[in-house]
Amino acid sequence: MGKTISEKILARAAGKKSVEPGDYVVGKIDIAMIHDLTGPLTLNVLREVGNDRPWDPEKVVIILDHQVPANSVATAALHKQLREYAVKYGLKNFHDVGRQGVCHQLLAESYVKPGMLVVGADSHTCTLGALGAFATGIGSTEMASVFLSGELWFRVPETVRFELEGKLMPGVSAKDVALKAIGTVGVDGARYCATEFTGEGIGGLSMDSRLTICNMAIEMGGKTGIVNPDAKTLEYTGVKSAPLVSDRDASYKRTVQISLAKLEPQVAMPHSVGNVKAVSEAGEVHADQVFIGSCTNGRLEDLLAAARVIKGRKVKAGTRLIVIPASNRVFMEAEKAGLVRAFVEAGASLCNPNCGPCLGGHMGILADGETCISTSNRNFVGRMGSTAAKVYLVSPETAAATAVEGKLADPRKYWMG
Amino acid sequence: MMEMFRVKGKVWLFGDDVDTDVILPGKYLVLTKPEELAKHAMEGISPSFSGKVSKGDIIVAGRNFGCGSSREHAPLALKHAGVGAVVAESFSRIFYRNAINIGLPAVISEGARGRLKEGEVVAIDLEKGELTTEAGDRIAAERFPQFLLEILRDGGLVQNMKKRYGGKK
Repeated sequence: MGKTISEKILARAAGKKSVEPGDYVVGKIDIAMIHDLTGPLTLNVLREVGNDRPWDPEKVVIILDHQVPANSVATAALHKQLREYAVKYGLKNFHDVGRQGVCHQLLAESYVKPGMLVVGADSHTCTLGALGAFATGIGSTEMASVFLSGELWFRVPETVRFELEGKLMPGVSAKDVALKAIGTVGVDGARYCATEFTGEGIGGLSMDSRLTICNMAIEMGGKTGIVNPDAKTLEYTGVKSAPLVSDRDASYKRTVQISLAKLEPQVAMPHSVGNVKAVSEAGEVHADQVFIGSCTNGRLEDLLAAARVIKGRKVKAGTRLIVIPASNRVFMEAEKAGLVRAFVEAGASLCNPNCGPCLGGHMGILADGETCISTSNRNFVGRMGSTAAKVYLVSPETAAATAVEGKLADPRKYWMG
Repeated sequence: MMEMFRVKGKVWLFGDDVDTDVILPGKYLVLTKPEELAKHAMEGISPSFSGKVSKGDIIVAGRNFGCGSSREHAPLALKHAGVGAVVAESFSRIFYRNAINIGLPAVISEGARGRLKEGEVVAIDLEKGELTTEAGDRIAAERFPQFLLEILRDGGLVQNMKKRYGGKK
C-alpha cells in the first residue's frame, strides 16, 4: 500500500523504512523556531533544567514578530532575553527588529525546504507544509526538549485529503478555499490529522496561496497542512528535487472535494472559525476596522489583490484600514509595485512587518462593541482585544472591498469590466 | 508523587471548542510567571473563575478543548490557578501535549460532561482511567499510554529533562 507525504517525511526523520498512522516515532528535527511570546518560556525551562546549549545552532531560528518593535516594558524584557541568548550562542538565525517579519513568512522565505521536519512554538507552524515539509506547532516546554536533543516524539497522523477541482473566479482567493474547507469539516474535523491539499486546483495556485491554505489547517484541528511539491515549490525553495510525495494509492481517513469554480467569497462569522457563510449571505455588517496582514494573508499576492480594489479609491469615513506586510521582503516588493502609495493615499495605516492586531497584542486593538473585518486566522472571543468586540475573517479582496464600502462587501464586482 | 495519580475536586462544566484565547487571552502573553498567569485563567469565558476555583478542582468540558494557539501559558494558567485536571470529550493536540508536559492531567472521557453536574465532587484515578462521583457512579476515561504517565509521574517534562540533560554545560 502506498504512503502519504506526511508518512514518508516522518519515516525519513525517524530513520525508518516506513511508518503507519498511529505509530509513535522519534523524529530528528530540521528546523526549530521560537518567537517573542513563546520563546522566553522555552529559555526559562532550559534555565531550570540547568543546560541551555542548543543541539545545533544552525537549526535554531529565533524571530521577534508578535509585538515588534516592543510596545511595553514587559515585551522589551522578552526581546532582551531572546537577544542575549542569541548572542551567547552566536545564533545567526536571529531576527531582531530591522530583520523582521512574521515568523512563518520568514521560515518560508529563507529556511524551510521540501521534505524537512519542522517544529515551531506557534500553532500556525502548519503554514510551512505548503512547501512540502511536515511542519507543526508545539509548546514551549517541548521546544526546550527539542533544543537539547534535536528530536521529538510524534504520533503518525492519519490524513484528511482535500481535493481541489477547477479554477477560482476573479475576486475569490485562497483564503476563501481555506474557510470553505473549515466550514465543511468543522473546527475539529481534522483533529490530530494531517490535512493534505491535492488536485489540479492546488497545482494552479501560487506558493503565496498555498501558504494561506496550509496556515488555516490548525483551525480544523490539523497537525499540519501539506501540499505535494511541484515545479512551483522547487522554484520557490531553490532546490533541485523533492522526492517525497504521496503515492497514488496512499490511504486517507477522508477525502473532501471542493469545487473552486463555484466558490463564492467566504466569511467566518464571530466567534468561531467554523461559522462560515458566503459573504453574499452574511447580511449587513458595519466595519469599524479592517486588517489586511498576518501569517495568513500578509504576502505580496494578498497586498496586490487588496490594492487592486483600493487604488484610486478611499477608505470609507467611519472605517479604519490597517495594512501590515508579512515581512521586510514583502514590504520592499510592495513598495516596488507602487502599493505603499496606493494604500497610504487611500487612507490606510501601513505598519511595519509584525503580527499586528491579529492576537490583540499590538497595532489596532479593538474596544468594546467594535467590529473588525480581518484577513487573519482567528475570531475567538477577545482575540483582538475587548471580549465585547467582534472579528469576521475574510480574504484580502473582501477586506479591501469592505474598507472602501465601510461594511462587509463582496469584492467580485471590482473584477468586472 | 503518588498523589499525582488521584485527583479529587469540584466540577466546573464548560462546553465545546473552549479555545486558548478564552483560557488565557493574548494580552497576557507578555506574562511569564505562572502565578500571574493564574489570575487570568478562563478570563475570556468566565471572568470570576480564577477567584473562585479551589485547589484540585476539575474542569469538565466537551469536544476539542484547548483549540487554537500553541501558547503553553493556557495550561500553565489553569494549573497554577489550582485546577487539578481537565476532563474533556476530546482535546486539541497541542493543548493535550502541553498540559501533560507541564504536569496537568488532560483526561479524555466521552461520558463525563453528560453525567456530571456543576459543583459536584469527583475523583479521577489517572492510572486506571476512571472517574468516580461521591454517589459512587463510575465513568470511564481513556488510560494514558505508559510514557505519558511517566511524564505526569515526574511532574512534567522539565523533571524528565533534568534527569537526561541536567548539569551538562
